[in-house]
Amino acid sequence: MKRRVVVTGMGVVAPNGHGLDVFAQALREGRSGIRHIPELAELNFGCQVGGVPEGFDAIRQCYFDHEKLLSINDNIGYASVAAVDAWTDAGFAVPEAEDDRVNWETGVIAGSGVGGMDTIARTVVPMVNEGKVRRMGSRIVEQVMNSGTSARIAGLLALGNQVTSNSSACSTGNEAVIEATARIRLGLATRMLAGGSEGASPYIWAGFDAMRVICRKFNDLPEEASRPMSASAAGFVPGAGGAFLLLEELESAMERGARIYAEVLGGMVNCGGHRMGGTITAPNPEGARRCVREAVADAGISPREIDAINGHLTATYADPVEVKNWSAALERGPEDFPWINSTKSMIGHCLGAAGAIECVAVVLQLRDGFVHPSLNCEDLHPEIAPYEGKIPHAAVACPDLKVVAKAGFGFGDVNSCLIFRKWEP
Amino acid sequence: MSVEQITQKVIDILRGYVKDTTLLEKATPETHILKDLKVNSARLVDIIIKCEDVFGTSIDDDEADRIATIGDAVLLIQQKAA
Repeated sequence: MKRRVVVTGMGVVAPNGHGLDVFAQALREGRSGIRHIPELAELNFGCQVGGVPEGFDAIRQCYFDHEKLLSINDNIGYASVAAVDAWTDAGFAVPEAEDDRVNWETGVIAGSGVGGMDTIARTVVPMVNEGKVRRMGSRIVEQVMNSGTSARIAGLLALGNQVTSNSSACSTGNEAVIEATARIRLGLATRMLAGGSEGASPYIWAGFDAMRVICRKFNDLPEEASRPMSASAAGFVPGAGGAFLLLEELESAMERGARIYAEVLGGMVNCGGHRMGGTITAPNPEGARRCVREAVADAGISPREIDAINGHLTATYADPVEVKNWSAALERGPEDFPWINSTKSMIGHCLGAAGAIECVAVVLQLRDGFVHPSLNCEDLHPEIAPYEGKIPHAAVACPDLKVVAKAGFGFGDVNSCLIFRKWEP
Repeated sequence: MSVEQITQKVIDILRGYVKDTTLLEKATPETHILKDLKVNSARLVDIIIKCEDVFGTSIDDDEADRIATIGDAVLLIQQKAA
């Protein structure tokens, strides 16, 4: 029998709020975190809006000593703050640096999509080009290595189990949760922090702007720019932030009397193989459907038990395809479709952090019994219009909300799907 | 610049790299930068760069390798200024 895995702590740094209660309230109110980004305008980006956590410089001063602050770029900062918050939310204390004990039963999987690009762009490239390598100092590698986030978190919390960083584009955060769940199920760890982060940098977003896949038509109306499922969707809005879930083996959580938010019933990752219509940038529909079906099978539930879907839903041409894929995978047409919403309508697409922030959004909706609004889709895409009754434009109270599916479909034709169930002792 | 002035400036530089800055209150020329002040050894290169900027000099790798204590750093800077 599989060991059961539950969520006992969460932390989030999102464009519309830092901390669980602030973020939950923002979700309920449909508060957008999308704002005009003057630097993008100065740099002649087509898209000049984005979702960036506010006031983060002041927040990070409260979490790290003066020595560590010198090594913490935005990506690592968002990840570390969210991980520490998840750790303390689960009832654990942050160990003193002088405390030499290692927590061998707990590890961390901390993903990023692009990672420390701001450090590379603002420090490494200019200094190398100017022949000043010798003066770069000691803090570059720890900020640009792909495992910079997990390494920093392990040091802050003295974690001694698996410490690694994954990357699978938009699927990264979900994948971290799925991999961490698998490790606990296998009995290789008692607890895992799992999540993702992404810095806020024009150097991360430039390639997407060049591809014309980010929104260029709503620069004067930032809060209306992220329009998943809308007929006037014009590309995704870039975002940044970080989130972590503390996953724990059920028995351990019960023994220590932990507050349990939800159970990770099941999950699956796969790839469409860039065949059957899939490419490096587009999903093979069969791959996405298989991923959802296999996640549901892994959860051991009927597709009919799913009360709500938190979609990938980025505000591109792929949204109607995604909704059709959900319908086909769950074998549920518009008449008996679950609720469906997009957290990206409020925060944009936080890339490597997206799955993690949105998993936290799912668990908060389960905790508080509501389905958050999906903004800016009053003019539904015609192919999504039949599902209109299942798309909330304002928060819907759902005290009976029990099972929510969360998916991510990313560049590379990679897919991920998680099934969470509200914890009811 | 006097030895005392150089020593004070070196201590000010080290302050940014020492987790427990109270350790600097009892610092002497014999204080070992890694063992006594518990500075992360990787940060020595940052301390050398900062010394170069503050004292307007350049310190090559062989010279840097000879610095273990606060006194070593002060002596080297004093010699280079001479």
